[in-house]
Amino acid sequence: MNRRKFLIASSAIASGIIGFRLARGEEAEGRATGYIFVVDVRKCIGCGRCVRACKIENEVPLKPYYFRTWVERYVWLKGEKDLKVDSPNGGFDGFPNIYSEDEVAKSYFVPKLCNHCEDPPCVQVCPVGATYRTPDGVVLVDEKYCIGCRYCIQACPYGARYLYPRDGPRESRRNTADKCTWCYHRITKGYKPACVMACPTGARMFGREDDERILRVLEENSVSVLKPEQGTKPRVFYIGIDSEVR
Amino acid sequence: MSDILEIALRHVQGFIYPNEVEIYWSVLIAVYPYITGLVAGAFIVASLERIFRVEEVKPTYRLALLTALAFLITAPMPLIAHLGHPERALEIMFTPNTSSAMAMFGFVYAWYLLVVLLIEIYFDYRKDIVTWARERRGIRGAIYRILTLGDYDISDSATRRDEKIVNVITVIGLPSAAFLHGYVGFIFGSVKANPWWSSPLMPIIFLFSAMVSGIALVLAIYVISSVIRGVSPDVRCVDKLASYLLYSYILDLGLEFVEFSHVFYTREEGFEAILALINEKLFFSMIVVQVIVGAIVPVAMIAVAKVFRMPDRARVAVYTVSAILTLVGVFAMRWNVVIGGQILSKTFRGFSYYVMPLLGPESASIAAAIMVVPLVILYVLVKILPPWEERAETA
Repeated sequence: MNRRKFLIASSAIASGIIGFRLARGEEAEGRATGYIFVVDVRKCIGCGRCVRACKIENEVPLKPYYFRTWVERYVWLKGEKDLKVDSPNGGFDGFPNIYSEDEVAKSYFVPKLCNHCEDPPCVQVCPVGATYRTPDGVVLVDEKYCIGCRYCIQACPYGARYLYPRDGPRESRRNTADKCTWCYHRITKGYKPACVMACPTGARMFGREDDERILRVLEENSVSVLKPEQGTKPRVFYIGIDSEVR
Repeated sequence: MSDILEIALRHVQGFIYPNEVEIYWSVLIAVYPYITGLVAGAFIVASLERIFRVEEVKPTYRLALLTALAFLITAPMPLIAHLGHPERALEIMFTPNTSSAMAMFGFVYAWYLLVVLLIEIYFDYRKDIVTWARERRGIRGAIYRILTLGDYDISDSATRRDEKIVNVITVIGLPSAAFLHGYVGFIFGSVKANPWWSSPLMPIIFLFSAMVSGIALVLAIYVISSVIRGVSPDVRCVDKLASYLLYSYILDLGLEFVEFSHVFYTREEGFEAILALINEKLFFSMIVVQVIVGAIVPVAMIAVAKVFRMPDRARVAVYTVSAILTLVGVFAMRWNVVIGGQILSKTFRGFSYYVMPLLGPESASIAAAIMVVPLVILYVLVKILPPWEERAETA
């Protein structure tokens, strides 16, 4: 091969690679914008309306061991080193007032739900691919495909998953893994998730990545995610939590 | 299930995520790595004779192979019984998610069963099967004629070929056995969300404890079956097996020591919770059963029997008791990993509570029944393919 042929061949290969890269770039830009969930802990009053709304909307069994979303209470008492955390019945009935106001140094409620991670361990470990991530960034379970091995429940660092019980109201979902879907059946029609709708204080916010209202909240506040060290890249952002919240 | 969860909820200690009340991997999932460990360990005993030409353990070669097969056939049972949708079990092989460690189960299992164990047993027994097929009549004869797979050639060249095939398969089989159990350890060790499981040492610890349990199992079955048959076990063979049990136990305990040193030295997040787990929640099953009764006592017993040159009968008895204690200890280890890892909450602030029902799905009785299955299979296998040569003609 002489120099001329070599140059023609190598430039052809180079342009091929560049063309492929550009095409891929276009594809990435064409992707639907994902969703973001923001929880402003400063606004949550622990009323539990979100928990009740979620259970009704999504046919989650009403027993106190099945939750797609729940609320935790974090309390720092004066003069005590360790904080106190509780979540009676997931906050379904609100929180009984068990601390006297004088003792409490600081306290707040933390609503929890599936973090719809960008790098979800549950999707990685599912042996049959029944748990998957949609193009708009929502992690879902295919109830017709899940074999009920519960590996995803073990892999989730946030306790966001549970096994839908064999006597649960939704027959097709029995004995399969279940979790928060950000009310996928609602958001794809342009509605908000049930918990967001039910929240009386606006502590839960939900929208598309390019939603200006959401973006402004993220810009104006210091936000954090749960267990960032797990490398899961959660898509639920919290405002106003301490590092003790996990 | 809800009744059990109501009881569990009353025993929850500290703060756990609400969905963590249920222990999602039950006693059946503790049985599963126990059984696969016994498979891997029994195969390693068989391989000792083949690859390393350890003449003393020859009387247990075929017995170890049949034991491995009996337990391997049982291995998927606890898994399938545990699935929420057992009818979808085969999807794990038809549409596997390649990023999942668990998706490999069917393939690793099929490889080990179909490629390693059955081929090795077939070629090792082929000469005997052909002989029996020619001698026997009736149903037994028919079984042997099917087992020959149509190949009646037992000339010297054919038997030499069989020998060669068995040798090659053993060499392939040894790493396969290690892989089978190492992979089971990986399923737990790769769950980063759980500090009690998440450790790169997990597959190796599983592997060495598998060797320990497999050697103990073959030793116990060999001695007990000899007693049942009314023959005295080969003392040299039992001695050798006991030595291997001792050596592999020393390696296993060394590795577990490294693991615990790491946990205690690094004191990573969740350390306080792990400390409470060991000191309170798992004290009996871990410190008492797994470590003292299941490891220190048998190791000491074997060492004493070896050092003080006990009389043959007493020594065999001591080894057998040690082997049975070892089997209990290794099961306790599986229990402590599987159940212990789940009662430790991912909040690191509390503990869930495991209620093992006596009856019903995923209960103690189902687990016990599954543990009996391999012994029944082994009994049938031994009837069809007698592993002891002196009885082969008269049986």
